Amino acid sequence: MAEIQASKTQHSARLQHTHTRRTLPGRTTAALLCALLLSTAAWCRDAAPAADDPALEARMRALASELRCVVCQNQTVADSHAALAADMRQQIRQQLAAGQSEDQVRAFMTARYGDFVLYRPPFNDRTALLWLAPGALMLGSLAGLWGLMRRRSRLADAAFEPDSDLALEPEDGPNPDSARASSAIRPL
Amino acid sequence: MKKLLIPLALFLMLAAFLYVGLSRDPREVPSPLIGRQAPAFSASVLADPARRLGRDDLVGKVWVLNVWASWCGACRDEHPLLMAWSREQRVTLIGLDYKDQRAAGQAWLADGGNPYADSLFDPDGRIGLDWGVYGVPETFVIDKTGIVRFKHIGALTPAVLRERIEPLLRQLNG
Repeated sequence: MAEIQASKTQHSARLQHTHTRRTLPGRTTAALLCALLLSTAAWCRDAAPAADDPALEARMRALASELRCVVCQNQTVADSHAALAADMRQQIRQQLAAGQSEDQVRAFMTARYGDFVLYRPPFNDRTALLWLAPGALMLGSLAGLWGLMRRRSRLADAAFEPDSDLALEPEDGPNPDSARASSAIRPL
Repeated sequence: MKKLLIPLALFLMLAAFLYVGLSRDPREVPSPLIGRQAPAFSASVLADPARRLGRDDLVGKVWVLNVWASWCGACRDEHPLLMAWSREQRVTLIGLDYKDQRAAGQAWLADGGNPYADSLFDPDGRIGLDWGVYGVPETFVIDKTGIVRFKHIGALTPAVLRERIEPLLRQLNG
């Protein structure tokens, strides 16, 4: 802040004496941009690839992106800047480098943090409802819809709203709007 | 009448799910360690780098592991309670100084008092990782055979001590 303030006063001082309008704002902007870039670089240091082996780093990233960071729970271990996520990435890196398989590393993490760390939870008796409910809901709705359609297909024609071209003849019968409203309730 | 009952039933179901779901604390990740053997460790003691303490040194007694750090704000809130509790001498209280610097940890205990029989020093958080630590402070109760019986995440409160931990200690010691 002090720097900006200083350059601002310097800037206005210059404006009074000379007319080099463009150089100083340009310099201030550049300085600000630099500061911004530098600070982002500082934040990003945690997530930057640290291993020399790009293949290993790619395997680590792939695995870390399916693990949940337990500190900031809606982020993956790959995305999170939490210190614990950095530790977990380092742990994955070391274990993969030591020749462990992806499954072994996953088992290592679940032994410590539970199935909760997995974004793709395993199927067991505790997660059965989670896995089966969407399918059951879908089947239930389809069955309901089928039953409703069968019931309606057996109703007499009188139970339905007349086709609009017939209903629009004003002289015979009641107002088409009220007819539609009452027949819309009846078949259900 | 039946037409009214279906939406009502759906609403009640939704309400029940929301009631249960929203009353849970998502920060409380259930620990898979409960009922299992405590993770093995052997760490240098905070007060003395030359001395080591391992899991097997503690087999045969009920003990409590409290994870703390000098940088941890909630540990500061919890500290007076631990001090008072340690004076009652109910259990062996072991600290785990998590991702800290030795001098900072030692200074913290010198400042606020030391409720721990010993504190393990875990500068890189490797022991903490084995214990599934993700939010300091955390507290574990370990029985005589080395099985983890209880875990509390976050600062201890008098209620947790009196209602959860002390009854458990009586049961484990009895």
